[in-house]
Amino acid sequence: MWFGLAVGQVALVTIWVLLSLAFLLLADRKIWAGVQMRKGPNVVGPFGLLQSFADFLKFVLKEIVIPSGADKAVFLLAPLLSFILAFAGWAFIPLAPGWVVANINVGVLGLFALSSLGVYGIIMGGWASNSKYPFLGSLRSAAQMVSYEVSIGFVIITVILLAGSMNLQTIVGAQSGWFWNWNVFGGGFKNWALLPVMVVMMVVFFISALAETNRPPFDLPEAESELVAGYQVEYSSTPYLLFMIAEYSNIVLMCALISVLFFGGWHTGFPFIEGAIKGWPATAQSAVLFMVFFFKIIVWFFMFAMVKAIVPRYRYDQLMRLGWKVFLPTSGIAVLLVAGWRVYGHFG
Amino acid sequence: MALQAIAFYLMAAVTLGSGLAVISSKNPVHSVLFLITAFFSAAGLFVLLGAEFLAMLLVVVYVGAVAVLFLFVVMMLDVDFADLRQGFARYLPIGLVVAGVLTVEMVTVAITVATQGAAAKNALPMAHGANLTNTETIGRVLYTDYVYFFQAAGLVLLVAMIGAIVLTLRHKPGVRRQNIGDQTARTPKSGMTIVKIAPGANIPEENAQ
Repeated sequence: MWFGLAVGQVALVTIWVLLSLAFLLLADRKIWAGVQMRKGPNVVGPFGLLQSFADFLKFVLKEIVIPSGADKAVFLLAPLLSFILAFAGWAFIPLAPGWVVANINVGVLGLFALSSLGVYGIIMGGWASNSKYPFLGSLRSAAQMVSYEVSIGFVIITVILLAGSMNLQTIVGAQSGWFWNWNVFGGGFKNWALLPVMVVMMVVFFISALAETNRPPFDLPEAESELVAGYQVEYSSTPYLLFMIAEYSNIVLMCALISVLFFGGWHTGFPFIEGAIKGWPATAQSAVLFMVFFFKIIVWFFMFAMVKAIVPRYRYDQLMRLGWKVFLPTSGIAVLLVAGWRVYGHFG
Repeated sequence: MALQAIAFYLMAAVTLGSGLAVISSKNPVHSVLFLITAFFSAAGLFVLLGAEFLAMLLVVVYVGAVAVLFLFVVMMLDVDFADLRQGFARYLPIGLVVAGVLTVEMVTVAITVATQGAAAKNALPMAHGANLTNTETIGRVLYTDYVYFFQAAGLVLLVAMIGAIVLTLRHKPGVRRQNIGDQTARTPKSGMTIVKIAPGANIPEENAQ
């Protein structure tokens, strides 16, 4: 009974993520096209709405080509691993009050652990291809993702210090009420001094998330213009599709994480809205708040898409400099400031 | 309870199996991948014990960071497999001695736990009694009773890190590095010179670059 319920929840969340991804991928291409004054995909279905499904069929129906020198098992395991890890992370995200697959006490840490495993898919794929460009791409990605994980870890610590818990439900719960209680504004008036610190931390997290998901301007592992497509060069058909879906799932997961950690998760930020739906049945309330959360995810996805369209690619040494010499000290000092405020800043 | 037992035997079997595969697989990269599997299923065993904080730390630190760098290095090594097998007979006695010592140690511990049940009970996590999450439990012990050891361990790690940097850091002369401050401080005045040249004449020597 309990087991069946858990499986049902997992299936529901997975289907929701996959369906959203189909349209977010289209939105990504449309926004990109809009910035460059093109029309974007507009042939399949009205406004090109079914483009992602057409692409899906195209990928699945093509032949899987495996290079003769490749390590077959690892070659096929890499996209599977990427795909599974990208979707496992969604189990920890609280989607609405009470709507979460795995409500564990170390939810943030679990999410962080899963995202730090994501690099294996890329390294394994690059190595198993037994070819130069994929290998170079995977080496770059290993260094890049490890570097930016450090600052992401520090940023997460500041949020944990503010909320006093590693449970994502509790972190969202701590940001209830008006929008100035959100962590991005320091978590309420009592923490007024932390406002500038947390705004900076949000920006650091957003940029590190770009690097962690290999999005432009940090898409050096793929770098179409120099490495052709990095670790994906030798992949075709369904394995390539799995890599692609995993990449976008990770991006949307990062959008959800920014919303949860800094922008109040499912909270609207205006208590009277939540008061207006107070009398509704619990499921209806959760459904409305879930839409609020989904809206925040879409807003952040729009930001990701705009960055891709606007900012040119970083050079590799600049990327490393930014990660180690700018973000690491900044977030380290922020951890000290937030911890100091938590101990000495509250008067009474 | 049955589900827990199944999970335990599954993860214990995976840990042991991948541990065996680490030393028996011919390709070093496969070895590292099996090592990662072993780490991961050991983290699963921690979760079964109720130590989810330690489990996550194991994944973040060992699987997410240490093993990545390990894999990174092993992939770049150009290992000659024939060479590796030649040394096998020579190192076998040392390996056997180490394995023997470890086996004796583990059997001793197992016997102690089996015969002195009371001592083993003291080692139960404190979270069960105090109704605390195990993150809080570790924090309470680590930052009170063991705070000096904790700080000393941190200091040792810091010294090791500085040592590694000092050993490998080399300032190559003649390498031009990007200085963002210099770049953004450049103005048209400091960055270019305007020279008037008569048609057909050469550019003056001091301005030609």
